[in-house]
Amino acid sequence: MNFWSWGRFFAVVRKELIQLKRDRLTFAMMVGVPIMQLTLFGFAINNDPKHLPTAVVDADRTEMSRSLVAAVQNSGYFHVTWTGESLAQADRRVERGEVQFLVHVPAGFTRALVRGEHPALLIEADASDPAAGSNALAAVDALVRSALRDDLTGPLASLATAPTSFETRVHRRYNPEGISAYNIVPGLMGVILTMTMIMMTALAVTRETERGTMENLLATPARPLEVMLGKILPYVAIGNVQVGVILLAAALLFGVPMVGSLLLLLLLTQAFILANLAVGITISTTARNQMQAMQMTLFFFLPSILLSGFMFPFRGMPTWAQWIGEALPLTHFLRVVRGILLKGNGLADVWPHLWPLLLFITVVLGLGLSRFRRTLD
Amino acid sequence: MPEADIAIEVEGLAKSFGGRSAVKGLSLHVQRGEIFGFLGPNGSGKTTSIRMLCGLLTPDSGRGRCLGHDLLTESRTIRREVGYMTQRFGWYEDLSVRENLDFVARMYEVRDRAAKVDRTIADLGLEARQHQLVGGLSGGWKQRLALAACLMHDPKLLLLDEPTAGVDPRARREFWDQIKRLAAGGVTVLVSTHYMDEAERCTRLGYIAYGEMLAQGTATELLQRFGVERLEDVFIEVMKDLKDLR
Repeated sequence: MNFWSWGRFFAVVRKELIQLKRDRLTFAMMVGVPIMQLTLFGFAINNDPKHLPTAVVDADRTEMSRSLVAAVQNSGYFHVTWTGESLAQADRRVERGEVQFLVHVPAGFTRALVRGEHPALLIEADASDPAAGSNALAAVDALVRSALRDDLTGPLASLATAPTSFETRVHRRYNPEGISAYNIVPGLMGVILTMTMIMMTALAVTRETERGTMENLLATPARPLEVMLGKILPYVAIGNVQVGVILLAAALLFGVPMVGSLLLLLLLTQAFILANLAVGITISTTARNQMQAMQMTLFFFLPSILLSGFMFPFRGMPTWAQWIGEALPLTHFLRVVRGILLKGNGLADVWPHLWPLLLFITVVLGLGLSRFRRTLD
Repeated sequence: MPEADIAIEVEGLAKSFGGRSAVKGLSLHVQRGEIFGFLGPNGSGKTTSIRMLCGLLTPDSGRGRCLGHDLLTESRTIRREVGYMTQRFGWYEDLSVRENLDFVARMYEVRDRAAKVDRTIADLGLEARQHQLVGGLSGGWKQRLALAACLMHDPKLLLLDEPTAGVDPRARREFWDQIKRLAAGGVTVLVSTHYMDEAERCTRLGYIAYGEMLAQGTATELLQRFGVERLEDVFIEVMKDLKDLR
């Protein structure tokens, strides 16, 4: 008996391509979604927000307090939008969310400083969104110290903080300027592939069941593998077009460094595409209609973006959440794509993230194919 | 009767879904070249029976042969030789008539594909509509396409599940003329229907209800046995007997 027929396989591919060609909206979505998400996420997301609105209450009104306020403003993180006398009024502005920070230099600050009384400079932050101001707050201490160092000279030199006996050097490797797009854009490649690949395969197979064409397909001598692979091959091609669009945009629009081998990246991307198609097939064997398939896709997609390290730092999650993250293909692909593009990782470096991906494909594809109905039972 | 003359021969086929039995102990003998009419109320197990005959459902118990091939072990061979027309239209609405038939021909790996598609389109009078998308066709044209699709691989046995439901009288007559022609050419046909005028055109009939075959025979035999004048009344008599049995 023939266990594989190229004729039937290509018949399915051909049919799928004709249907895809006629379904303009879906086709437009597949190219449109990457471009839209790239523009949205790539340009809009910034993990290092600057020029945050700040209220200043300078009750001291000395040269020193003014130079403090100027130093705060010059850091780039703070943008003084309100200056006043009343602490209560400034406080209202924090409450209403008009300003993110409140800098309060208390009356007699300079005097107390000169007397060596260790006065306090108060900075209040609206921390209801902790991420928004964390970088600014981290920078403020060093900022103020260096600002005062210039003023505390001559007889006041003893009041300046003594320099430590050693210095700490920080090297921000792979992304020295901390540009968010370098992290987001390569990650988007994984996110977009996850969304479109899973949804498209899940819908393509479920559509046959929903419209009653599956019964006719099963009545032909076709084998499940021929139908499955024939249906997903066009989507593999589309996935690669999406990868091309994203990489091109990453290089030309966002100037993302591409240190490692693109060939290696493209090769490993195939494994990731396959992993997502496997999820799509498995969903389609369970979902009764396209609506259910959509919901199941979202059910898988949400943890994928939240727990994979795309949106939030992976290492910041509790261990149990990290375990869930480790089970998702996107987590591993993000490490692979960032590793290759930004760090110049080779095959040996990314292997620890590649084998879980391969394991995932084996398990999920096996599950999907074994569940694919050969009959209507 | 020599084996070669028997198209369908099944004994005690049974199938249940989640504890509800759909077909119980179905036995059926259909000779080659016959048009066998499958009659019975909605939900009586006609579709399930037909699906078992073409290998789309695995029977829970029973055994049998279709075109000489074992139902349980040779279902793939059966699929190659049987043409099955589903009750609900199930071809691709976003493909044209020709594209659908071409797809079917490719799936069956038909030789001389283009010529075969041309011929089938001509045979069923689909020329004028061949480039039209199926989604825009009326019920009658869809039914013709469905018949064309299951004739694509020259099957020796046709299993037609309520093929004329929702089709106008003229299209129905043309459809039956086609069936007669096929039967004359040696194709065996098993057709389920609710129309009594269609039942009259069958060589033999079987009444099925609650998953059981209640009466079988030619139209004349059945009319005599129940002492009635119309096939409709046979239907009612059979159901009456069934009530008495229960």
